[in-house]
Amino acid sequence: MPITQLSYDMAHLIGATVLMAGFQLLYQRRLFAVLNTFAFQALALAAAAAWQAHIQNAPHLYVTAAIALLFKAMIVPVALHWLVEKLGIHRTVETAMSIGWTMMAGVALVALSILLVLPVTANAAALTRESLALAMSVVLLGLLMMITRRNAVSQVVGFMALENGLILAAVSAKGMPLVVEISIAFSVLVAMTLFGIFFFRIRERFDTLDLSDLETYRGDRQ
Amino acid sequence: MNAAVWQLVQVFLVVAISPLITGWVRFVKSRLNGRAGASPFQPYRDTYRLLQKEAVVAHSASWVFRAAPYVTFTAVWLAAAIIPTFTTDMVLAPAADLIALVALLGVARFWTALAGMDVGTSFGGLGASREMMIASLAEPAMLMVTFSLSLISGTTAPAQIIAFILGGGVGIEVSMGLALAALVMVAIAENGRIPIDNPATHLELTMVHEAMVLEYSGRHLALMEGAGMVRLTLYMALIGAIFVPWGVAAPGGSVVEAMIGLAAFLAKSFVLATALGVFETMIAKMRVFRYADFLGGALLLGLLATIFLYVSEAV
Repeated sequence: MPITQLSYDMAHLIGATVLMAGFQLLYQRRLFAVLNTFAFQALALAAAAAWQAHIQNAPHLYVTAAIALLFKAMIVPVALHWLVEKLGIHRTVETAMSIGWTMMAGVALVALSILLVLPVTANAAALTRESLALAMSVVLLGLLMMITRRNAVSQVVGFMALENGLILAAVSAKGMPLVVEISIAFSVLVAMTLFGIFFFRIRERFDTLDLSDLETYRGDRQ
Repeated sequence: MNAAVWQLVQVFLVVAISPLITGWVRFVKSRLNGRAGASPFQPYRDTYRLLQKEAVVAHSASWVFRAAPYVTFTAVWLAAAIIPTFTTDMVLAPAADLIALVALLGVARFWTALAGMDVGTSFGGLGASREMMIASLAEPAMLMVTFSLSLISGTTAPAQIIAFILGGGVGIEVSMGLALAALVMVAIAENGRIPIDNPATHLELTMVHEAMVLEYSGRHLALMEGAGMVRLTLYMALIGAIFVPWGVAAPGGSVVEAMIGLAAFLAKSFVLATALGVFETMIAKMRVFRYADFLGGALLLGLLATIFLYVSEAV
């Protein structure tokens, strides 16, 4: 299929859906809603990868899409659901900042990523710029989520959302080898397993997953 | 000549159809709730009944209370009349402007809030204060949507925006998607639908719009409720006309084209009304203190729509 304006527009629209899901993650107040939104974001990511595979004529990107669909939209959310239920975590998310301020910081980060992307890609086509700006915004929103949430589970979701942004950047750029994406996907899966074990250990010891309660145990704060 | 005829059709169409649309939303909701529900034509009967009844006015009410229904209804009616729903060939099309539209709706809201406070009951004041809070949050978002639309098409007149989009001036644009999402959120807030306000409730703690019109009866109440129905139709027509403009007839088109536009407008309105009914059934009303988050989200979406225009070089 020849790459037309329409196919780029579709790619950007799907990319924007991923970004919107990133904003929704910041807006959610309940753990299960956070997990569902994350699953939706991964679904949008899979659609983005599949669409890129279609317009770039790159079959290996279908594998990326399948990985995103299987692992991130299904296995990871289901596993985290199970963990949350198993651990009996308090399901309201504690935020470090109010939701309104977090959203505003999010828009500022999107503006920042656009300001960053514009000079770097001065020679690139406007079409690449837009995808790169979108992917970078998703990454920064994931970081913001990790900063503004006190609960370990939502911090992990922030980490995974950040990684979704990386994949989005990778599929938008032409010629990213498949092995890189597969290794990223598996490292995330391993990371999630490790996080799961850590959740159990933290809770066993401190009876909570609220990380601010752990700060009193830090050596530098006597 | 045609332009004048179409304008007249539009003026009466929006009023004629709006009770049906409101009735349809209620019908869809009651069916989804497992109730038989009143016929979609029930709002016509309600309006007729209210018009027959005597209007009772409180002793403490001033002329503001009596004038407000007429001013509110006229402002909303005028706002609805200038939206090119089925053809852009209308006499008032050059005067139609999204910013003027926001201003007209602002006038209607201002008078409703004044009337709410005029009688001096606590509910009226409470409703008015909440309505103003919602308005102060929703209006910036609405203007942000207007800005991004005008940056894309180079105009704030709906008729020209429609002509621009129909002329293939804009593809599938990220900004358009974001602006649509923001406009839908604003529309929900402005019309007092769930999750912002529950149009079916008379529960003290949750009502906003109903609290302001609580003292009205008879023809005054009919006008106030009519204004609400026309406002709902207006927002549906606006969303349908700008984001799904296909079917809208252009100036110089034949009568057949205008008829197709009319059918398309009716179809779009019913799809949107059904969607609203389904959405309202699925969602719960949110706390008053969360309005700021919801409408702040709409504002931020509008802002993002504008920001992304600069990346995609659509400007």
